[in-house]
Formats: sequence, structure tokens, C-alpha cells
Amino acid sequence: MRQYEVTFIVDPVLSGDEIKKTAKTYSDMISKEGGKIINEDNLGLKQLAYPINKRSSGIYYCVEYQVETGEMIERMELAFRRDERIMRFLTVHLDKYGVKYNEDKRNGLIGTKKKNDKDEVKPDPSKKPPYKDKKAKPRAAAPVAPATPPTPAPVAAAAPAVAATETVKAPEPTPVANVSSEEE
Amino acid sequence: MATRDEIKFLSNPKIGGQRKKYCRFKKFGIRHIDYKDPDFLLQFINDQGKILPRRITGNSLKYQKKVAIAIKRARHLSLLPYVADLLK
Repeated sequence: MRQYEVTFIVDPVLSGDEIKKTAKTYSDMISKEGGKIINEDNLGLKQLAYPINKRSSGIYYCVEYQVETGEMIERMELAFRRDERIMRFLTVHLDKYGVKYNEDKRNGLIGTKKKNDKDEVKPDPSKKPPYKDKKAKPRAAAPVAPATPPTPAPVAAAAPAVAATETVKAPEPTPVANVSSEEE
Repeated sequence: MATRDEIKFLSNPKIGGQRKKYCRFKKFGIRHIDYKDPDFLLQFINDQGKILPRRITGNSLKYQKKVAIAIKRARHLSLLPYVADLLK
């Protein structure tokens, strides 16, 4: 079973009933072809970013469905092309993350908030730890690394011929600000 | 030796320092980018409607590709403009 999602724009000039009928034709078509409709969503009237067929707004519909094979998509897209009521359409195959995203969205886990959703979207506890670990490691390592250089530094100052790398550092410690930046 | 706490700087040394860029998708664990959410995608385009490069957004390659695809899909559905002026 592959999951697809088709989004299409219906002409807003049609009456409310006609619009609903148009959307229904296609959801009927999917179920007739042996597909299983997961979700049907009316995204409502939206302003278009650029005019299509001399219309500046359109009614967006989004249908999510499962079918065994993608054969029927071609037939459906042909029907979309022939249909004058449809201004645009887009069929997309959803991967497992897409399926999960849509499911979360339906359950209200992903808000329709505008800008902060990227921070709050998907707590996804199963996926997050690897990234957290990666971040935690350098942080844990960072304090350790600066801690070691200060101890050899005075030694190098006392005995200049300890190591080549130390000797390079040794001449600098005289200005106070420089030392502090090295410790950082 | 003087530690950093003891030194009195004339100005805050952190000012002007570049903040490290990061991939927000990796950081927050976002796996799917929705093409139907133009407000989110608006963060990855400039005011002419062009896709911003990775160098500016800090996205990882994997997610930059996904962002680009999502933006192109959104453009097709007229959720984002192909060409714009003063978009933001």
C-alpha cells in the first residue's frame, strides 16, 4: 500500500454545492478505483500567489488516500486536466514521515500556529535523542579541553624546552587579555 | 593569572561575535516539510521569492533539498509566488 496525497484548487466562481460536488467526484473516483480515503480536507478559500486562469483566489482541497498501485493516478490526473472546474492539482507520494506528519496534524499535535510551530512541532521523542546526544558530547568535552592547557602552560613558562607546541604558546602569556582568551 | 571574570572589558566581548548556524530540522527533529504551509516556507525564501542558499539558512544538505522541493510544490499550487517583489 502506498499513501498519496492530492491537493487541488477548485474554481471559486462555482456555487457552494457545485464545489462540494466537484470534490466528491474525485473522492468517489478514488474509492471506486479501490483506494482507501484516509482523510479529506477542505482548506477553504485562499488568495492565490499569482493569478491562474484570471482568478485571484481558489478553494483548496486536500485528499489523502491509500492505493495498492499508482496506476489510477494517471487516470485521475487525466480527469483533472479535462475538468474545467479544477484550476491546479498536485499528487504527491507520502513517505513514512509525511504520513506521520499528517496524522499528527489531524490529531492537533501540530498546531496551525504561524511562526513558532517549528519550535514546538513534533516533540518526536523517538527521533530526537540522537541529535541531543551529539550536541551533549561536544558540550561535555568542551569544558574538559580548556581545563588541560592552563596546567601545562605555566610548566612551559618555567621550563621553556618542554615541547615544541608549548614553546610556541609560551612567549605570548605576557599580555593579560591574551591569556584569558586562550583559557576560554 | 587573571581569569576572565577578573578582567574588565570596556565593551561586552560577546557583541559582534557570529552565532553558529545550525540546521533547525535536525535540531528540532522535524522530518517532514509540508508544502501546504507557506508561512513556514517563507523563512527560506528572500523577498524576491528566491530560495535562500544553505550558506544563509544553515540547513543541512538533506533538508535543504527537501525545503527546495516543498517550495517548488508550493509555487505550483500558487501558495508561494514564482516571482515577487517586496514579498516580506
